[in-house]
Parts: sequence; C-alpha cells; structure tokens
Amino acid sequence: MAHVSDLAEEKTTSVLSSSKIVTLRIARYNPNVDSTTKFAEYKVPVEKWTTVLDVILDVKKHFDHSIAVRYSCRQATCGSCGMIINGRPRLACFTKVSELDSDVITVQPMHNFPIIRDLAVKFERLFESHQKIKPYIIREDTEPALDTRDILQTPEELEEFIQFSNCIKCGLCNSACPTMATDSSFVGPQALAQAYRYVADSRDNGKNSRLKIIDDSHGIWRCHFAGSCSQVCPKGVDPAMGIQLLRGYMLGFS
Amino acid sequence: MKESHIMKIHYGTALAAVGLVAVHILMRLTQGFAQSLEYESVIANYRFLPYAGLLEIILILLSIHGFNGLRVILLELKQGRRYEKAVSYGCVAGMIGLIGYGTRTIVMTNMGMI
Ligand code: SF4
Ligand code: FES
Repeated sequence: MAHVSDLAEEKTTSVLSSSKIVTLRIARYNPNVDSTTKFAEYKVPVEKWTTVLDVILDVKKHFDHSIAVRYSCRQATCGSCGMIINGRPRLACFTKVSELDSDVITVQPMHNFPIIRDLAVKFERLFESHQKIKPYIIREDTEPALDTRDILQTPEELEEFIQFSNCIKCGLCNSACPTMATDSSFVGPQALAQAYRYVADSRDNGKNSRLKIIDDSHGIWRCHFAGSCSQVCPKGVDPAMGIQLLRGYMLGFS
Repeated sequence: MKESHIMKIHYGTALAAVGLVAVHILMRLTQGFAQSLEYESVIANYRFLPYAGLLEIILILLSIHGFNGLRVILLELKQGRRYEKAVSYGCVAGMIGLIGYGTRTIVMTNMGMI
C-alpha cells in the first residue's frame, strides 16, 4: 500500500501539518478493459478541513495520474463530483473526511449511471430526462411588455418553488433512487423535481404540456416514495415532496 | 389509457376494497370464526343475494387493483416495447379471466347449482 507522506517529493501544506492518516479506497474500473471493479488503497494524511475530493486529488497528484474523477468548482455548485462515499451518494467537494467518522474512505462511482472510468459516470440519461420536462418558463409573452417591465411574484408564490431552483443537477438523487436501479426508462427524481419547479411557478403556463410528459408508464407514478432522493440531496431540495405535490396536481387536488 | 387514469382507478379500488373487506370481516365476526368457515355457513352466505353482491364487488375491485399492481411490478422489472405490451395485455386478460371465473362461482352457488 502506498503512502503519500513517504513518496511525495513536492510537500503540500496538508502533508507537513497532517493530524491524521486515513486509508482511501478507490474503485478502479475501465469498462473497455476490466471485467470487475478492483479497489486501490492509499494512505493519505488529512486535516480537519480536508474534503474527500482533496484526498482523491492528492492521490491523483502523487500516486496515480490515471484515476478518473470529474470535478470543477470545488464548492458544491457545479454538480460534477457526485460519487458514493462510504456507501452513500455525496458530493466529494462538500464532504469533509472528518464528518465521515471513519479512518477508511471508500469511494465508488454513482449507482444507476453508466461508468466511463473509475469515478466518472455518464450523465446523458439525466440530461435527457431533464430536457424532456421543458426546464424553462413557458408563456406566450416571452418578453415583458414595456409598461409592465417585470413579471412580478409575491413572496408566497416564490416560496412555492424556490427550494427546487437550488438543484445543481449533480444526480445524487437519481443515484439513490431504488426505481432508477430497476427501471431503465424511469424519468427520475431530478427531472420530476424540476417538472414541479416549473409547474409551481406562477409565471409559467406550460403546466399541461409538462404534466402530459410525465404522465407515462415510466413517469411520475413509478415513484414509490422511498424518500432516499431527499435524504441525499446536498442542496436541500426535496424531490420526494415535489413528486407528491405534482401527483396532487395530477389527481386534481390543486 | 392515460397512466394517471389507471392510477386513479388503482387508488380508488384500493380504498373501496379496504371498506368492503372490512364489512366482510365484520360479518364473519358475527359468528365464531371457525363456525363461519363451515360448509353450510359459506353456502348460506353465497345464497344470500346482498352478500353475494358484496363478494362480487370485492372480487372485481381486488382483481383490478391486484393485476394493475402486478403490471406495475413487471414494468419496473424489465423494459422493452414488446415486453411491456405483453405485460399490459397479459394483465388485462388475467384480470378478466379471474373476474369471469370468480363470478361464475358466485352466480352458480347463489343459484343453487353447487
Ligand atoms: S435534486 Fe438535489 S440531489 Fe438531485 S440533482 Fe438536484 S441538487 Fe442533486
Ligand atoms: S466540484 Fe463542483 S460540486 Fe463538487
């Protein structure tokens, strides 16, 4: 097993003042070459503030440049770094090692997504479903008239959907969803939550067309309300609630 | 048929079945449980028209609800156009078959043919 502090020639701040050593287990799998997933283990020094993404990048820098991981903003904004960390879907840049309460960190690619390599997964299905539900305001008068300037909303109207606007399309909810695991045509909690976000927006007139799209044999009715999507969302979005509220619309309750 | 219409029927049949099965169980409790399962007692129930009607309605509600539930489970298990069509038509056929067979039993018993 390799050890960062033994091998690193270029010493980083974290190496110099490390307070703890943890074992990082990374799932290595290349679908073009490998038949099974293998775990590579590395000993890495961490601080109180070190994130799982920092640890992975440390290993990538000092041991194995070929580890495939997707990331960008490093501040829970771009939605790129979703992965399974110690068995739970999380953002690697938003998960501190100290909060995991374990000396062993196991990172795997997100479930319910095809693997490109190692921790990087394909997002096509998520983006296609998201696009399918028309994630934009639909109305006849796309440009506000000169005298009205803006399409106003009351705080109450904003409250109806605002939490759903926080979605960063990270896919953690789809990764946690049990229906996504078995139904390859299921639209998924991310897209359904976004369908609710626009249906509930008082400026939008596309409710009927959107409800029609999700009223399918692999649409909204396949949600079993496991609630795991809402458990794992790093942005405080509650897709399970959005789905139930959408069902309310479809059953004629609102 | 739209999925939302199917699911409205699914929820509606479940609610109605819960109510009617409760009536059915309460009527069983008017006798001792073992006594209510005796041959003469069961036949007497079938011959009593309102009770036979109750059993027929429960049969229809549970067949619709059950076979749609089975359809949903099978659709989640595997996907594909031909498979999904086969599941949907198969479940409708199964539902009609079960209702037909159960109705035959209820009607024949009620008319004293059994
Ligand atoms: S709802 Fe939450 S978990 Fe799902 S994609 Fe959006 S931010 Fe990620
Ligand atoms: S790197 Fe952008 S969300 Fe983690």
